[in-house]
Amino acid sequence: MSSILAQFPFTEKKDTRSGFGAALTLLGQTNPKVVALTADLAGSLKMNEFAKLFADRFYQVGIAEANMMGIAAGLTIGGYIPFTGTFANFSTGRVYDQIRQSIAYSQKNVKICASHAGLTLGEDGATHQILEDIGMMRMLPNMTVVCPADYNETYAATLAIAEYEGPVYLRFGRPSWPVFMDQVRFPFVLGKANVLVEGCDVTLVATGHMVWKAIEAAEVLRERGLQAEVINVHTIKPLDEEAILASVQKTGCVVTAEEHNMYGGLGEAVSRVLSLYCPSPQEFIAVNDTFGESGTPTQLLTKYGLDSPQIVAAAETAVRRKKTK
Amino acid sequence: MEVKQLQEICTQVRRDIVRMVHGVQSGHPGGSLGCTEFLVGLYFNRLRHRSPVFTMDGQGEDLFFLSNGHISPVFYSVLARSGYFEEAELGTFRKINSRLQGHPTTAEHLPGVRIASGSLGQGLSVGIGAALAKKQNGDPYLVYTLHGDGELQEGQIWEALMFAAANQVDNLIATVDWNGQQIDGSTEQVCDLGDLPAKFQAFGWEIVHVEQGNSMESVLNGLEEAVSKTGQGKPVVILLKTTMGHGVDFMMGSHAWHGIAPNDEQLALALAQNPETLEDY
Repeated sequence: MSSILAQFPFTEKKDTRSGFGAALTLLGQTNPKVVALTADLAGSLKMNEFAKLFADRFYQVGIAEANMMGIAAGLTIGGYIPFTGTFANFSTGRVYDQIRQSIAYSQKNVKICASHAGLTLGEDGATHQILEDIGMMRMLPNMTVVCPADYNETYAATLAIAEYEGPVYLRFGRPSWPVFMDQVRFPFVLGKANVLVEGCDVTLVATGHMVWKAIEAAEVLRERGLQAEVINVHTIKPLDEEAILASVQKTGCVVTAEEHNMYGGLGEAVSRVLSLYCPSPQEFIAVNDTFGESGTPTQLLTKYGLDSPQIVAAAETAVRRKKTK
Repeated sequence: MEVKQLQEICTQVRRDIVRMVHGVQSGHPGGSLGCTEFLVGLYFNRLRHRSPVFTMDGQGEDLFFLSNGHISPVFYSVLARSGYFEEAELGTFRKINSRLQGHPTTAEHLPGVRIASGSLGQGLSVGIGAALAKKQNGDPYLVYTLHGDGELQEGQIWEALMFAAANQVDNLIATVDWNGQQIDGSTEQVCDLGDLPAKFQAFGWEIVHVEQGNSMESVLNGLEEAVSKTGQGKPVVILLKTTMGHGVDFMMGSHAWHGIAPNDEQLALALAQNPETLEDY
């Protein structure tokens, strides 16, 4: 039996934000309706290439995120597809009401692109490590929420959301991360989860950076005699309920993994589906309702329980709970 | 259109406002009555629009965004009276299953509305975005926005003011309904706006003063002057001095009528002061 990790060879690590930046540049070439805005974070969002090549379609708004969201909403009225770029914290919590009224309720075709999400932002600490953004965005009617797993998937997602009509929250991050999502084997289709590894004992449902950790965990679980199914849920809303139900009906239990608070994110989204259609034991890999702190991404993921060993332990617990049900 | 004819429309719009608010016993008559001359003058004399035709992208026409969405009664009346939808629909204001929500929205697809507003301070940014889109499209038409003076207490307004000047958004005319009143009292009491003209000037805007915002001649002159200042590298603001509640004597000049409805007796008084000119809805 070949190892699971061998099925996901990677030769390099890249940051997901660079996947966004590269795809945005391509959109600049292919779609004249795409415009981009930033609130003094063009470099951090990897938007400099777009800004240089398409200066007339790039708006530097300054440190004024609320204004940026409103301007983006207004640009859609003239037929443009605005991509806003700032940190996830300033893309959501700081401007929730602007997004709610001027974008989501007003049904404007704005793409809210958010980098430096979650703990893996690292040393900047809790002020910038937003862990509530998925929840806030999920709760908004009309909003689509996308959280890709690596550079390739972020690149593909950026292209895909330009084709979709409606407001989208695209969440990505700062750390270098394995580039493993082969877009030929696992093409990004908005709203369709990808089953990366098939298994029959436990389902691991992960999003964003945690997808790689779930694959690592599946490898360890296999060594311990458990066949884990790994599902990459890059689109958190609308959730691919069919994919999740099909898997959990087979395995009978689930672990969700996300770089987010345990409230409001992927875990609760999956719980809702399961409690409606297929009540099953579920374990949550998520931040335990606390703020983060300064540290390296690796240190933080370990300290806050978001690493592959914790996924392995959670999977074993879920399997035990299934047997004693 | 003659000034006299515009004034007659204003009288009818005032009837619409008090009847709408009375009919559902909720809504905001004060600011609506104060902005009647401005919105009638804009929609019936100045705005180059294509009513009853309405397209969301609004290319090849002037656009208007109401940022202080609570004065929806005057907005809805003016939209209906300028042909965007049947006047009879005004009777559904704030009622269940209506397109005329308490605050304007695009969600119900009411012709004439391009953005939701109600939570204050957002409309100037939206107007700037629409104005930038017009520049991108080579569309020479203008974008208008309307704001309450109390709304200027929102920080987003000042973000937008700074951006518009820095980026020479000169196809934009923002108007401030400077009636000096807000929910909890006068703007001076609540949080003094200070020297408003000096602030706009310091932010790099062209200023047009309309001292009598409830005089149709003054409004038309102000709009003409504002339009003449567009296209010269600066955004334009009209500081429109109005009287809250104008046209209904017992509502005039007080914040008390910001957001309450007249009773039957008060309605009769208000209507008597504004005799029917066009047909009531």
